[in-house]
Amino acid sequence: MEIGLHHYLFVALVVFLSGIFTVLTRRNAIGVLMGVELVLNSANINYIAFARYGGTPYDGQVFAIFVIMLAAAEAAIGLAIVLGIYRTFQTIDVEATDSLRG
Amino acid sequence: MSHPIEVDYLRWIVLAPLLGAAVNGLAGAALQKRFGKHAVSAIALATVAISFALSVRAFAQLLGLAPEQRFLLDAMSKWIHIGSLKVDLAFWLDPLSSTMILVVTGIGGLIHLYSVGYMSDEPSYWRYFTYLNLFMAAMLTLVLGDSLLTMFVGWEGVGLCSYALIGFWHKEWANASAGSKAFITNRVGDFGFVLGMFALFWTLDRSGQGTLVFREVAQRLPLLDGQMVWGIAAPTFITLMLFVGACGKSAQIPLHVWLPDAMAGPTPVSALIHAATMVTAGVYMIARLNFLFDLAPDTLHVVAVIGTLTAFMAATIGVAQFDIKKVLAYSTVSQLGFMFIAMGVGAYSAGVFHLFTHAFFKACLFLGSGSVIHALHHEQDVRHMGGLKKHMPVTFWTFAFATLALAGVPPMAGFISKDEILFKAFSSPQGSPIIWFLGSLTAGFTAFYMFRQVFMVFFGEYRGGHHGHAGHADEHAPHAHGHVAAEPHESPALMTIPLVLLAAGSILAGMLNVPAALGGHHAFDNWLAPVIAGSHVPHAAAPATGEHGVTGAVEHEARVLEHDAETFAHDVETEPSEYVLMGFSVAVALGGILLAYLMYYRRSIDPEFFARAWGAVPYRLVYNKYYFDEIYEATVIRGTLVLSRALATFDRVVIDGLVNGAGWLVRQVSALDGAFDRVVVDGIVNLIGRVSLAIGNRARGLQTGHIYSYLYAIVIGVVVIMFVRLL
Repeated sequence: MEIGLHHYLFVALVVFLSGIFTVLTRRNAIGVLMGVELVLNSANINYIAFARYGGTPYDGQVFAIFVIMLAAAEAAIGLAIVLGIYRTFQTIDVEATDSLRG
Repeated sequence: MSHPIEVDYLRWIVLAPLLGAAVNGLAGAALQKRFGKHAVSAIALATVAISFALSVRAFAQLLGLAPEQRFLLDAMSKWIHIGSLKVDLAFWLDPLSSTMILVVTGIGGLIHLYSVGYMSDEPSYWRYFTYLNLFMAAMLTLVLGDSLLTMFVGWEGVGLCSYALIGFWHKEWANASAGSKAFITNRVGDFGFVLGMFALFWTLDRSGQGTLVFREVAQRLPLLDGQMVWGIAAPTFITLMLFVGACGKSAQIPLHVWLPDAMAGPTPVSALIHAATMVTAGVYMIARLNFLFDLAPDTLHVVAVIGTLTAFMAATIGVAQFDIKKVLAYSTVSQLGFMFIAMGVGAYSAGVFHLFTHAFFKACLFLGSGSVIHALHHEQDVRHMGGLKKHMPVTFWTFAFATLALAGVPPMAGFISKDEILFKAFSSPQGSPIIWFLGSLTAGFTAFYMFRQVFMVFFGEYRGGHHGHAGHADEHAPHAHGHVAAEPHESPALMTIPLVLLAAGSILAGMLNVPAALGGHHAFDNWLAPVIAGSHVPHAAAPATGEHGVTGAVEHEARVLEHDAETFAHDVETEPSEYVLMGFSVAVALGGILLAYLMYYRRSIDPEFFARAWGAVPYRLVYNKYYFDEIYEATVIRGTLVLSRALATFDRVVIDGLVNGAGWLVRQVSALDGAFDRVVVDGIVNLIGRVSLAIGNRARGLQTGHIYSYLYAIVIGVVVIMFVRLL
């Protein structure tokens, strides 16, 4: 069968939803970060797909590289925050970080 | 009197003693401590001497003027100018007031001199002389004032000084209470005086001519014609009210009760105030306003009746008294009654002449009794005296001559003046034989009780106790007493010189007004003629005042007086009535003296016989002064106390109740207000706070602290945005 744009978009959607699901339901902070990576990667897939099947050929790819870079930076920051959380709470269970509860 | 002569020295007659009082009052205690008592008395005597000298000068000035022009005015300063009331501080000298100021300053000066000796032991020396000078100033204001209001200032002033001096030894309650009694009784009279003043001003003001100045009132008399006050003819009402004031000041019934009690003061005070000057103020006032009283024959009747009653009753009381000063006090009341009899029958100048002579002999008598009291160390009961003739000769002889004058024995002054009054009482159209008879009887009683006193005090055996307290030294004793039974001795010269001078006056003063019947020229009456219309028939209103002014009226009066003198002389030649009356009064006087001689010298009639006669009722009646004080106590005084207690209860219950109730009301309102503040206002504020808290509580629910719920919110938000296409 011919692999069209919609296949890629669908994959991206599935990845996106998985990522959202992971973010919302993981108790482990690092798991949350993994979910965030999934979401970002789904966005990347979208970019690449549109770069191959529509629009200008290389813009999407450049954006994808930017996103990867940003994802890396953000993952570093995120891990630093998880480290801070671990130092404060002695755990990385996100349900433990409810000190800001009103 | 169209234009009185303006002078400016009359004010010093009043101001000099006033200054003396001020200096002694403010600095007297200090002066006395540093320079001794003589500094104080020197100041007091100097001011009186100045007043006397100026009075003599004024008198001389008057003598140099024609009789119709004998009027001096010293307008010192403006005082009250309100509406139609114009009263200035001005002093008025005419023959009447010049006579009075000579009496006041002259006899006052002698009494000041006497006081230096009499009060020499007194620590409050300066206070005495302050009050004495103040009294002189007030009395001179009374006499010299040119309006009723100025006279009233002096009137009140003498009342005040009388109070202060009667209660001088105020540490004894009896003295202070006697002072209060004098002042309060005077005050009752003053109420009448004030009403009279108001009525006079008001009735004159009905025609827009209200005034209280004497010479202006005299000009405006016709305005009072036909005017009524409370249903009584205006002149009658006014004069009646003024007479009430005179009763209070001059101790006539029913306001006489203060004078005997006033003897609690030092004897020179009794001599000055309660014999010679203050008590004569009422007589002077009537003489001053004779033109007004002439319009009110009814009042004159009342005056004559009260004068007669007072004279008679006081004389009967004097018969039974044993205190040397009380006898003299009742004698004063009685003689004042005589003066009012004279006023009441229209014989104004006879009354003033009796005032003049009475001042001499009564002052002499009081000072003489003071000399006796001083020598016997404040013994005043005549039953403890006797035989003082040989110990105190000067006192005795002066006292004797003054008593002869008072008893009305010729040729003493008292005879001339009293006889004049009795004659006028008999013969004047206003008089009546009844008045004459009672007056003569009174004269008889007077002679009797005065000589009773003379015999009991100066003759016989000395009945006094041993009062020479061991070692009691008299500072002014000419010889020292070392032993216990000290003999009474004559008083020092400072005290006896005034006695001699006053006794001389008692003898000689009569020469000033010898009646035509005895070959004289009525000099005193003529002297007073421009002021007083003599003793002729009172008429409805002064004639010719409208056109000719008061000059015309005075000339008219002078003509009337001459006419009277002619008819009078004519009458004397055709009617021997005056000689008969004269003889009768001499006989009555001698009879009284004889009775006293038999009862108290020869002891051939026992006084006890009279005391026990008719069940002792008459004796007890007069001994207890007709129970006047007791009656007043039971009625007026108790009534006033009951009223005051009722009013005090009203004040406490009603008025305090209202005030406290108002306070209670305020407290309740404030409690309500507080409740409102607490419940409503605070409630709103608290409500707002609680609402905020509630909202916050709800809102807090959003802050779960869980990351996933925040992420849920983000996702939902994105979905909403995407599907609602807000982006």
